[in-house]
Amino acid sequence: MVVSELHSLVLSHFLFTGAVLFIFGLVGFLCRRNLIMMFLCTEMMFQGVVITLVGFSRFHGNLTGQTFVIFVLTVAAAEAALALGLVVLLFRRKRTLDPEAWGELQG
Amino acid sequence: MHIELAKWIPWIPAGAAVLCGLCAMKRQLRMASALICILAICATFGITVLISGSFSPNGNDPVKPRTVEVFDWISIWGQQVFSSRISAESYANENPGSKMIARDGTDGEKEFVVRKPIFVADFSYLLDSLTIVMLYVVTGVGALVAIYAAGYMAGDRGYARFFSAVCLFIFSMTTLVMADNLLLLFLGWEGVGLCSYLLIGYYYDKPTAVAAAKKAFVVNRIGDLGFLIGIFTAYIRYDTVVIHEMISTVSATMQNGATDWKDHLIPFMLMLGAFGKSAQLPLYVWLPDAMEGPTPVSALIHAATMVTAGVYLIVRLLPLFEISPYALPTVAVVGAVTALFAATIALCQYDIKRIYAYSTISQLGYMFLGVGFLSTAGGIFHLFTHAFFKALLFLTAGSVMHALAGQLDLRKMSGLRKKLPVTCWLMFAGCLALAGFPFTAGFFSKDMILAATFEKGINEQLILPNVMGVIGLLTALLTAFYAFRLWFRIFTGPEKYEMGAEHHGAEPDHGVRTSSSVQVEHVHDAHEVSWLMNAPLLVLACGALTAGFLGHEWIERMVVASTAEPARPPMMDEGVQLHGLMMVVSGVISVVGVMAAAYFHWLNRDATERFADRFVATVRVLTNKYYVDELYDAMIVRPLRVVGGIFYQVDRLVIDSLVMALGFLPRALGLAIQPSQRGALQGYGIGMAIGLVSIVVLVLMAIASGHNS
Repeated sequence: MVVSELHSLVLSHFLFTGAVLFIFGLVGFLCRRNLIMMFLCTEMMFQGVVITLVGFSRFHGNLTGQTFVIFVLTVAAAEAALALGLVVLLFRRKRTLDPEAWGELQG
Repeated sequence: MHIELAKWIPWIPAGAAVLCGLCAMKRQLRMASALICILAICATFGITVLISGSFSPNGNDPVKPRTVEVFDWISIWGQQVFSSRISAESYANENPGSKMIARDGTDGEKEFVVRKPIFVADFSYLLDSLTIVMLYVVTGVGALVAIYAAGYMAGDRGYARFFSAVCLFIFSMTTLVMADNLLLLFLGWEGVGLCSYLLIGYYYDKPTAVAAAKKAFVVNRIGDLGFLIGIFTAYIRYDTVVIHEMISTVSATMQNGATDWKDHLIPFMLMLGAFGKSAQLPLYVWLPDAMEGPTPVSALIHAATMVTAGVYLIVRLLPLFEISPYALPTVAVVGAVTALFAATIALCQYDIKRIYAYSTISQLGYMFLGVGFLSTAGGIFHLFTHAFFKALLFLTAGSVMHALAGQLDLRKMSGLRKKLPVTCWLMFAGCLALAGFPFTAGFFSKDMILAATFEKGINEQLILPNVMGVIGLLTALLTAFYAFRLWFRIFTGPEKYEMGAEHHGAEPDHGVRTSSSVQVEHVHDAHEVSWLMNAPLLVLACGALTAGFLGHEWIERMVVASTAEPARPPMMDEGVQLHGLMMVVSGVISVVGVMAAAYFHWLNRDATERFADRFVATVRVLTNKYYVDELYDAMIVRPLRVVGGIFYQVDRLVIDSLVMALGFLPRALGLAIQPSQRGALQGYGIGMAIGLVSIVVLVLMAIASGHNS
């Protein structure tokens, strides 16, 4: 990294932030025992990817990445509505949010 | 022109076969099928009579064979383009049958196209005097048998099926005898084989009948393989399968003496086909079993017509056989040996139809003997007379069966003269002709063959014909004996009989009767058959008694006028003439045979037992037909079955297990990785994460290595 550019944000910052968010999300997804929390963790991974896209968009000086982000956010919103609804239904069935309770659905 | 009518001869029965088949669908129409069949065959007989006038030789004028084309069947033409007319013409002259066409070429110049036939097998019929004789036999006997069968098969479940198959048979057989090329002949040949199979297995719920049908089919395939190889070789040798073209090539070859190995192979291969179809050694085994079919079928197909196709084939292609010095003597030896062999078996059989089956084999052997020593007229004449008397004998045997509810065992009937007066004397006429009793049909034809054989032997100083002639005489003696053994056993002696288990020779379990009175009559007693059945027998009996006397000159002229005329005729004018002597000798032999039979089987039946007791071993061998079926079973059937078993096990253990192993592979893989799917959501998450990390690592390593290099 060039020392003279430290004062301003460069691509690496974005990528680093995105990676951190992604890793936090991944770890949370793998460790939590609560479906809602796991779901939120996947959202966090999503945001990590989104930040990466924005960073690349800025780096390349065009708006393709940001446009893509808008679409991704839209889809993520719709998916969040759906997934939370599913989680509510699953909770009603078993009175628990533990994903292990659904282990019998194995292939 | 009458001759053009000939093209309808096969097609009328073919149409009738279809109609009869349709009749099978409606119960009310079943009876109509017999009428359709009889009318169709009578129509073909009528056409034969109409056209035969054009082929009767007058004086010494040879009758020109005529070809009647029906349609192009298989024709492959090659073409060659020439720029000058002269070279085209010379090329056309080198290749017979080619056509030259002049046309404007692409560059404006005239060009000449010569088209020459490469392989032509048209659906066309060859008509000559030999064909006419065969057509008389096929349609004449066919019509009489069909009329008889209309009564004999009455009330049978498969009435329409039967007549459909008979019509199909007449179609195939007429195609066979009229074919102008070997391929069409083979079509008819296989057609009659098929009909034979269908009709032997007519009672398809009887296991023995089904087995017999299969046996006939398989044994015939062996012969037909030889026949096919013969046709292929003939095409390679002569570049054509058209009969008269082949014959003209052969005549040319014979004159310049340039023969090669194919000329020897062809007749031997064709002979194999002929021996299979005509039930000669070693392929005769199917014919006795073929008697499982209805009796009219035995009379028409397995005595009078189909089995003589082999004799016809050799006579039709005689020049192809003459060219090889070994072919015709082989035919004669096989014929003579078969004649004696089958006649000895016939001595000790008890099943009426089987006796006649062996007798047929024996008489076919006679025909081959005649043809083999270049007495084609004798061979065809015997074919002609044999068709009459053997059809008569089979049909009268059918009448006996009919009267005794399917009883065929000679030991279970005796003294039926009073019960079956008409059948008795009809069969007597047939037996006389078969025995060659003086002045009956069989007498003249057998005499012609034996005289020709001995004349050849004496005039050309050859031993072989004389030996074969002696075998022929011995066979004549045996023939007279077994023919009358049967007749005396059935019709003379004390009246005593057991009824059989069947109704009208029909399926025992399916007694679907049209009128119940028939059945009642049956249950009561043996009875004479109706006049519908006896009328055709009377015609046949007249033929059996007089056809020899009236027909021998006609047949001789007809056969000599055809392609069957031997190229090297036996020296008729020089050398000894044996016809007169032979008539006396064979007449005496026949009378001796009949008298011996009368003594042993009529006057002094106890003597038979005593006589048989002195030759226990011989009788046992003959009763068991020389154990040939057992021998074939041990030598061919069992080894084949063992080989088949081995192949089956190889298939099951090696091939199948290989396929099973292949199928098991994915399943094993599934079993191996199944535990990874344990339904824990986060477990899957870890898997995904590991996968993701490993992909990223791999990509990075790839990039890194790309930078380094």
